[in-house]
Amino acid sequence: MSETQTKTSYTIPIGPVHPAVHEAIRLDVSVEGEEIVDVDVVVGQVHRGIEWLGMNRNNPVQSIYLAERVCGICSTSHPFSFVQAVERATGIEVPERAEYIRVIIAEMERIHSHLLWAGVAAHEIGFDSVFYLAWRVREEIMDLMEYITGNRNSKAMFQIGGVRRDVTEEQLPRIRKSLEYYKSVFNQLKTVFLEDITVRMRTRNVGILKTEDALKFTAAGPTARASGVPKDVRQDEAYGAYADLDIKAITPDMLTGTVVGDVYDRIIVRLLEVKQSVEIIERCLAQMPPGDILTEPKIAKLLATLKKADGEGVGRHEAPRGECFHYVRLQGGEETLATWKIRAPTYANLVSMPTILIGGQIADVPIAFASIDPCISCTNRAIVVDTKTKRKSVLTDTELHKLSVEKTRRLQAKLDN
Amino acid sequence: MKILSPEKIVESFKICLGSDFIDSSIYQREVAVKKNLFTSIWIRVKREAFKKSVEHICKLQEYPHLSVISSSDLGDSVALIYHFTIYYGHHLKALSVGLGVTLPKNDLKIPTITDLIPGAIFTERETQEMIGVEIVDIPDNRRLFLPEDFPEGVYPWRKDEKGPHGMLRVLPGREGIKNE
Repeated sequence: MSETQTKTSYTIPIGPVHPAVHEAIRLDVSVEGEEIVDVDVVVGQVHRGIEWLGMNRNNPVQSIYLAERVCGICSTSHPFSFVQAVERATGIEVPERAEYIRVIIAEMERIHSHLLWAGVAAHEIGFDSVFYLAWRVREEIMDLMEYITGNRNSKAMFQIGGVRRDVTEEQLPRIRKSLEYYKSVFNQLKTVFLEDITVRMRTRNVGILKTEDALKFTAAGPTARASGVPKDVRQDEAYGAYADLDIKAITPDMLTGTVVGDVYDRIIVRLLEVKQSVEIIERCLAQMPPGDILTEPKIAKLLATLKKADGEGVGRHEAPRGECFHYVRLQGGEETLATWKIRAPTYANLVSMPTILIGGQIADVPIAFASIDPCISCTNRAIVVDTKTKRKSVLTDTELHKLSVEKTRRLQAKLDN
Repeated sequence: MKILSPEKIVESFKICLGSDFIDSSIYQREVAVKKNLFTSIWIRVKREAFKKSVEHICKLQEYPHLSVISSSDLGDSVALIYHFTIYYGHHLKALSVGLGVTLPKNDLKIPTITDLIPGAIFTERETQEMIGVEIVDIPDNRRLFLPEDFPEGVYPWRKDEKGPHGMLRVLPGREGIKNE
């Protein structure tokens, strides 16, 4: 075989559709042998024109529920950002108690989202017992959310000028019970994810995003923090009850003393954030002032105010995956929003994806891609194209997953010898 | 890095841009029990000074955080707002800076800022396909969200004749959305 033939580069499109996840995406991965040399991110397969509906069809109150359906996992983050943007555009006040309830719900969502991620990450490296463990632990917070809001997800708690349901005195013991449960299992989770040698082998020095790259590519959330950038809207900006609570952004050096910016560091950040969320909820319950939860309970009156309003505002919330941003412009006399722009955290983090993947191996794609928590790997179908022979072969998600699992087994076997 | 007050920041823009500075406003809101302040700054500049303004923001903090570019169809013009955050990483010190530029419909062009902030590439590609503003010197000219077979010259966020209203299917018995 000649020199040029051995250097053949392959392009592997990964994605775009997987029926089990709610986000479809395609990664065109160019490889030379096992090594990834270039990555192109192709998005848009599930663009549903939600902003357009908010600008052309729905009134702002209807748009809250539409915003809630932007994402199936962060169903609190989008309405949270959206109602803040509208409140700032119109000057509608929010009762103090509502600010605390918003934060309690948002932090419950962070616990469930991070545990969901932890389970999927374990699955990606072929560690299915941990996947079951993480999702079993997650069920407790899902039950709690159902108890407080009436639903496991799509909780419909947010309204412009407050929240729609109160957290009452008799609910407190049930909430505390769940929080105690998470405190009791935290050390077990920490041992499983941070001290297990297989997890460490598959995640240490894999998918590195350097501090400077995270800054340049405006990364957000755990992806940025794991690279040592202390960006956290809850810490940086005065909004919700977070403004009262002295939040500190979690970076991996708090635990290990160093910042590597790899997948392992992203696990550290998310794990510590579960603990932080439990503490935030506890403090909210202790400090929550009494009083109203909604400024204007009559929707017809609220809509009349919104129709007259003129103005623009931005709302940011630190979603489990990073900064969730909404911009809203209202024009007097118009029933719909004049402008609505949504930017979800994965939008920001995908820009860093090529940097994270280049230099790695195909078998590391599932875990490295999953590590930014992009509503997980639609690593469904991969077509391997041999650019020399034009021969195509299809890698299914099962096969790609198998590659990843085999790598884990190989490393384990090496360890046993 | 020195942290300036919102008023000082607006002042520094005025000095830097001179007559290219159009107007500004500072929005503040007391939050929750301790009444800490949420602050957002809105600055509008002329297109000629747009790149200089972004460079100025990069001087306030070396890597400003760019959330996204929002775009509004205002009839005979398109208003772009670049939503930045500066002073992140400091407790309650972050400022939301909305840098606005208004472009006339007959000349929808704005220079790229990816040379200053590489992370802006996605939002610039989206702005190009959704509202039809040409990003001059954009390093990646492809569409982002719209499918490849979406017709040329139709921009989903436009409210004029270039909007997508003609593409809508109206179900029998329902009223269509009126083209404004």
